[in-house]
Amino acid sequence: MTRHTARNWLAAGALLATGALTLTACGSGFNDTPGESQASGSGKLSILIGSSGDAETKAVTDAVAAWSQQSGVQAEVQTANDLPQQLSQGFAAGSPPDLFYLAPEALAGYAANGSIAAYGDDLANKDDFYPSLVDNFTVDGKFFCAPKDFSTLALIINTDLWSAAGLTDADVPTTWDQLASVAQKLTTDGRVGLAFGAEYQRVGAFMAEAGGGLVTDGKATADSSANVEALNYVKTHLNDGTFAFASDVGAGWGGEAFGTQKAAMVIEGNWITGAMSADYPGVKYKVAELPAGPGGKGTLQFTNCWGMAADSGNQEQARSLVEFLTSTDQQLAFSKAFGPMPSIQSAADAWSTANPDLTAFLSGAEYAQFPPNMAGAADVITDFNAQLESLKTGDPQALLKTAQSNLEAITTQP
Amino acid sequence: MSALTSAPRRAGSSSPGIRRGEAAAGWLFTAPVLIILGVFLLVPVLMALWVSFSDWTGRGSPFSSNVGFVGLDNYAAVTTGGGLAERDFGTALRNNAWYVLLVVPLQTALSLFLAVLVNRAVLRGRGLFRTAFYFPSVTSSVAITVLWLFLFSASGAVNEVLSWLGINGPNWFSDPSGVVHNLLGAVGITSGPAFLTGNTMLGVSWWDWLAGPSVAMSAFILMAVFTTSGTFMLLFIAGLQNIGADVQEAAMMDGANGWQRFWRVTLPQLKPVLFTVLTLGLIGTWQVFDQIYTGTQGGPGKTTLTPAYLSYSSAFLSQQWGQGAAIAFVLFVIIVALTILQRFVLRDRPVSRRRLRQYEMPAQKGVQR
Repeated sequence: MTRHTARNWLAAGALLATGALTLTACGSGFNDTPGESQASGSGKLSILIGSSGDAETKAVTDAVAAWSQQSGVQAEVQTANDLPQQLSQGFAAGSPPDLFYLAPEALAGYAANGSIAAYGDDLANKDDFYPSLVDNFTVDGKFFCAPKDFSTLALIINTDLWSAAGLTDADVPTTWDQLASVAQKLTTDGRVGLAFGAEYQRVGAFMAEAGGGLVTDGKATADSSANVEALNYVKTHLNDGTFAFASDVGAGWGGEAFGTQKAAMVIEGNWITGAMSADYPGVKYKVAELPAGPGGKGTLQFTNCWGMAADSGNQEQARSLVEFLTSTDQQLAFSKAFGPMPSIQSAADAWSTANPDLTAFLSGAEYAQFPPNMAGAADVITDFNAQLESLKTGDPQALLKTAQSNLEAITTQP
Repeated sequence: MSALTSAPRRAGSSSPGIRRGEAAAGWLFTAPVLIILGVFLLVPVLMALWVSFSDWTGRGSPFSSNVGFVGLDNYAAVTTGGGLAERDFGTALRNNAWYVLLVVPLQTALSLFLAVLVNRAVLRGRGLFRTAFYFPSVTSSVAITVLWLFLFSASGAVNEVLSWLGINGPNWFSDPSGVVHNLLGAVGITSGPAFLTGNTMLGVSWWDWLAGPSVAMSAFILMAVFTTSGTFMLLFIAGLQNIGADVQEAAMMDGANGWQRFWRVTLPQLKPVLFTVLTLGLIGTWQVFDQIYTGTQGGPGKTTLTPAYLSYSSAFLSQQWGQGAAIAFVLFVIIVALTILQRFVLRDRPVSRRRLRQYEMPAQKGVQR
């Protein structure tokens, strides 16, 4: 009897093994070293983008098509439904796209496992990028990828509500006290003076204005007194009802709170201009620089870069495409199509001339901080955001302390 | 004795006859399914098991020579690491445990109640009711999640109805406060005693373990009960229809009222169905993913983070593939352990002596008389 079952198991095992082997033999097999199959370069570039909408998809597709015509290299643009997941699948399967949008928080992880190529220093126009953007994409001293564009946070003001509250251009706040006092004047029944998302990506601007930040020179500085001061300022005004998180006024994000006029001012980035013209064309607004705090002016910048796969067999051509896509003319065209600011300094004047009402965003480039970009930073920020949601009742010191210990765990890693 | 031992051997060995070659034919016919299950289920599961013990970083094959064996490091990171990974895992387990604790009993009770209702022969339009109750089960969980996000938004239909009753509804999907904490807060208890707040398990203090599901998670709990009760109702109906009318009749003759008949006659006979429903419920609720992925991505305040979603996000978004796989296998162990425990609780026990006495013939007294 026992021999019988043993034989059955053997037979089943053999069947499974042969089945598995037959099927995998058709595929890439288990022991392929990544890149080997593509090292020769098939000649056709694949580009994966996480698009904000049709306007962006069309602009990128057109630009790539123009480059194809000029260079004679075929290229295909695909839009991702879920960019981080599709990228991960591509890397795991050994068949990533040649070029792709890459967020700074994902950079360190991919850099550590050798998935992406550090081509930044080989770019012909590398000195033209804003230095803080170059820093944003530099890991372990290597400039990995070309920033494709960027945005900063600014204060968006509803001009109708502003004048209705008896305020003039001279009242645009430049200090925290002024911000608090105009927010007070703009707060009415059913409307708050200032709204922003319950996340580090907005509240962090106050930390920067107070002279703080999560990471300074590679060291975790989340529990600095400047950060405590910033969170206390925000907490005080959340509790007196003149500031509010967007979710507390029933909005998904600051732009919605502003568009539906539940907030007279919001802290948002360049992307709000697209949402305003598309969804709330009737709301008149102006853009001002964020007021300075005790530590001076401060804001946060957000950007993505053109990541290049280390496994790509077409790195030469991919780099030339990146140089084309980050050129002055092309970046101005992108900016016109879907809003972000050019990542190169030589396009600044042309952009300011074309967007005179939005120059406050560009001014922020001089003093903008960027969220930490070391491996694991994204998890730390998610955790910090989770705690910021209860800032109204929470203890700023305690939640900064948690963030500090989380950050220390990743900054001290070799 | 020798005849006895040799008999099965003769039957099993390849004696010439009509049954010759049957085993080979059997293997041939089951081979396609075995191969498909093996390649698409067994091999990937074994690969994932290997990943959970390796330092694979998500690039190239996990079996290539530059991937190392790290033993239990990944498991240690999420269970005893002391860092963010451990606290996230603890939080996810906390959230999901409350979810299971509330969803499984509620959905079982509700589906049994619905099944008993629509099983009654006197009920008019039984088909209509059955279809109506079953309908949520056939709708995609993604579609229901989107519907739920609308219903439970700050100015949604649910809060509108609550306002008729004079209740100012919460902003459901952005309220991270725990329900138990809120109830305690209502009677003036806002912080726990030191032995609860001071001691932690998996990086989460006992006080936070006892926070209860957040308001956001409560909306998901209601959704799970709403969508799954229909499926389980169908199982209970099938079970109910297998119970012969004669048993009910006999109980009626013995003078049992409706309530007694349900508890003492119907329910014990539904035990196999109950076991199936509880097992499926336990497995389903520990694996909750779709709703979180499409709905809240773990927010607000990580109170809807579940181990299944955490496994996905640590692998795909944070590139911690080993930890992601380890979480998946810890979840697997939890589900298996709970299923075994449940099987043990619901096992067939011999009738206790006290209970047995109730069935003994009262005639014995008569004999004495």
